[in-house]
Amino acid sequence: MQVNENKEFEPVIVAFCCNWCSYAGADLSGTNRLNYPANVKIIRVPCSCRVNPLFILRAFQRGADGVIICGCHPGDCHYTSGNYYARRRITMLFSMLDYLGIERDRTRLEWVSAAEGAKFAKTMNEFVEAVKKLGPNRRLEDLRCKKQ
Amino acid sequence: MQRIGVFVCHCGTNIAATVDVVAVAEALQHEPGVVISKEYQYMCSEAGQELVKEAIKEHKLTGVVICSCSPRMHENTFRKAAAAAGLNPYMVEIANIREQCSWIHKDKTSGTEKAIILGRAAIAKVHLNAPLTAGQSPVIKRALVIGGGIAGIQTALDIADAGFEVDIVEKEPTIGGKMTQIDKTFPTLDCAACILTPKMVECAQNEKIRIHSYSEVSDVKGFVGNFNVTIKKKARFVDETKCTGCGLCTEKCPMKKVPDLFNLGMNNRRAIYIPFAQAVPKVATIDADYCNMLKNGKCGVCAKVCTAGAIDYKQQDQYIEEQYGAIVVATGFNPIKLDKYDEFAYSQSKDVITSLEFERLTNAAGPTSGTLLRPSDGKHPHTIVFVQCVGSRCDDSKGKSYCSKICCMYTAKHAMLTREKYPDTDVYVFYIDVRTPGKNFDEFYRRAVEQYGVHYIKGMVGKVTPKADGTLDVQASDLISNEQLHIDADLVVLAAAIEPDKSARPLATKLTASMDTNDFFTEAHAKLRPVESPTAGIFLSGACQGPKDIPETVSQAGAAAAKVIGLLSKNSLTCNPCVAQSDELMCNGCSACEKVCPYGAITYSEKEFRMPDRTTKLRRVASVNPAVCQGCGACTVTCPSGAMDLKGFSNRQIMAEVDAICK
Amino acid sequence: MHSDNLKEQVLRSSGVNVLKCMRCGKCSATCPSYDEMEYHPHQFVYMVEKGNIDELMKSESIYKCLTCFACVERCPRNVEPAKVVEAVRLAAVRRQGCNHLTPDMIPSMLDEDLPQQAIVTAFRKYAK
Repeated sequence: MQVNENKEFEPVIVAFCCNWCSYAGADLSGTNRLNYPANVKIIRVPCSCRVNPLFILRAFQRGADGVIICGCHPGDCHYTSGNYYARRRITMLFSMLDYLGIERDRTRLEWVSAAEGAKFAKTMNEFVEAVKKLGPNRRLEDLRCKKQ
Repeated sequence: MQRIGVFVCHCGTNIAATVDVVAVAEALQHEPGVVISKEYQYMCSEAGQELVKEAIKEHKLTGVVICSCSPRMHENTFRKAAAAAGLNPYMVEIANIREQCSWIHKDKTSGTEKAIILGRAAIAKVHLNAPLTAGQSPVIKRALVIGGGIAGIQTALDIADAGFEVDIVEKEPTIGGKMTQIDKTFPTLDCAACILTPKMVECAQNEKIRIHSYSEVSDVKGFVGNFNVTIKKKARFVDETKCTGCGLCTEKCPMKKVPDLFNLGMNNRRAIYIPFAQAVPKVATIDADYCNMLKNGKCGVCAKVCTAGAIDYKQQDQYIEEQYGAIVVATGFNPIKLDKYDEFAYSQSKDVITSLEFERLTNAAGPTSGTLLRPSDGKHPHTIVFVQCVGSRCDDSKGKSYCSKICCMYTAKHAMLTREKYPDTDVYVFYIDVRTPGKNFDEFYRRAVEQYGVHYIKGMVGKVTPKADGTLDVQASDLISNEQLHIDADLVVLAAAIEPDKSARPLATKLTASMDTNDFFTEAHAKLRPVESPTAGIFLSGACQGPKDIPETVSQAGAAAAKVIGLLSKNSLTCNPCVAQSDELMCNGCSACEKVCPYGAITYSEKEFRMPDRTTKLRRVASVNPAVCQGCGACTVTCPSGAMDLKGFSNRQIMAEVDAICK
Repeated sequence: MHSDNLKEQVLRSSGVNVLKCMRCGKCSATCPSYDEMEYHPHQFVYMVEKGNIDELMKSESIYKCLTCFACVERCPRNVEPAKVVEAVRLAAVRRQGCNHLTPDMIPSMLDEDLPQQAIVTAFRKYAK
């Protein structure tokens, strides 16, 4: 999180992308030169089902303002059923985040195929906009982790 | 502490135009563990790779971070370079600063800033990387084909042709499958037996092929390259090695009232039987449900007449264990049961038959020796009504939701052949749509209409009522002329939907192969991997994967064989080293991981552990078979005790990346 | 009423998804009062889909349907045409001045064999 008096709020956004669809989709949006904000930093995982909800909480704790998980479309998972697991886990996480009072819009689960470079860029643009509107994440940020 | 080298690529101006590569190299120089940080024009070039190799040797690097294009492009290139310099290839990480940074950002400041963060994340990950070695697992150079229909036969022949041994397991007493029951094949109208039986004989004579007829797969263990299969050879009460197939027993058996299932019960056979004249293997089988000797020990005629002494009333089911490198599923299809569709009076009248029964009625080896006669009174039918889509394209509650694909064509064939042989017959076909995609298919259907004068009527039959005079009242709608028709028919033929064989579902469980809700086996990729199951080493052939006609089945069978040959021609398989591994000390034996694993790679076993108080204790712990695991990581998240982790994408590695990005 | 609203009303009161129809015509093939009807069950489904409901409401067909549910029973796609016919009939009955039967018409229609029950049901069905 970087807040500057004369600068707009620039959220830190972590994107988990599955290796087979969404990471390739992100590459495609690069190949097609489709812009999206530099706030988004991508972490490559083998499958969306590799994303432990703990990673998401850890990101928030460390000062991320938004986390997005991208996987293959339902039915297209490279590992047959991984994205279904991811969907259930993230749904559970949503209800927990609701309970904690963390804005629902800070976390998102999206299906992006390897052919959807444009969708990837559009999704990221929208997500960054949404997180910008929400402002910095203060609820879950662990102040002990905060950089001076 | 790792000794890490960072190499930043300009990629000409692809990266350098929007990312200040020198600044990135400079910034990453000061990260913990980084001993050298360099930038270069083209890292992937020969010279760039040399740079990396030299740095590894010179600075004794234990980890390498390349800031360049997507790992999907050049991860392998740099891994190979590292390996050439004596570094474990899995100690190389790529920071994607081209596709996911320079190409999408226009502002150089933010681009550079992001590139530095991505570099940091990669460095943080490399700190936790461990050298990984890809395991090798041997390949047993034999294949198993489950199902001996045309799909299984073709696959087996093709595999055997390449020099590999193949076993066919067929649950019926003979191979050949559904195609043996068919009279003629569309659209060329060759006789099915004439093209199939030579292939069956070829199977029997090929020394690479072994046929386990009247057998079933009872258990499958193991994994790709190394399957352990238990085959149940059902007791047929005839010694296969002695029986000569002379058929004397099948003539002398006094038990004459056994429905002949090969002719779909339309006539009777004896209790000891050979399904049909060209059966392979040509060996008699005793039907234990009807044999008097087996039921109450009174008879023994077959044993008396058998000159070869092949009859053995004491034979038991036999279990044999075999090893295979690959398994092909070719379990085929069956027409559905029609008891749900009583409006067509299938169970009320003998003259309402299915299309497969019609095939037998027109087949020279069938119950009527090929003369088309009504099953009820043996008279020649003058009006025949064909009904399409019986049980296909239905709502799930009413039947099968899919199109059975073959019915339009075989009905056109039946209609055409009937008109050709018996021009005095009126033939009506009630259709919803006539679907004829395929080479020469629509021409074939048009020929039935234009040359043979078959009456095609758009509409469905609503009701068939048997009348007192023995004819059938067919009430149907003609949607184009918008009227309700009543046709006095002598014979009604129902194009019943086809469904996967009942044995498919239990088999899928044994193979851990996935199926759809209709019990068709699922392919690994609907377009690009149509003959492989998602489970490695399991291949699909024929109608077990979806409704198919014969040419399609044969081409798919050949494709499956090609895949099997590709697998068997390897001496060993290189496994993906990024697989799950369980920390046995932390595992609490809950089985959660076993349940989510889509590949059945996780097994549980009792192991002895030394406890802190020096006692030993038996505990149930998970272990992952690295040859089967594909590395999706579903188990790692499911594991409540944190015992399961994924090599190359460990919890700590991903957390380190998260931390580096959020810092 | 606007025909779109009318379609909406028919779809809602019948609870039928007319888009499930694959136009096989089995409903009409099975219909026992086919010959009495101007529009047949499959046409009902199609015309409701097209929003052509006024025409159906004016037709005698809606009173010729026996509500025997043979079409519902036989429809391979579970479209339930009889419920569509019933819904159109209801729409007609609900509209002012569309009564098909008035009490004074009844005596002339009675015959000895007609069960009392049938008269009552008919009246309930064809009038408000």
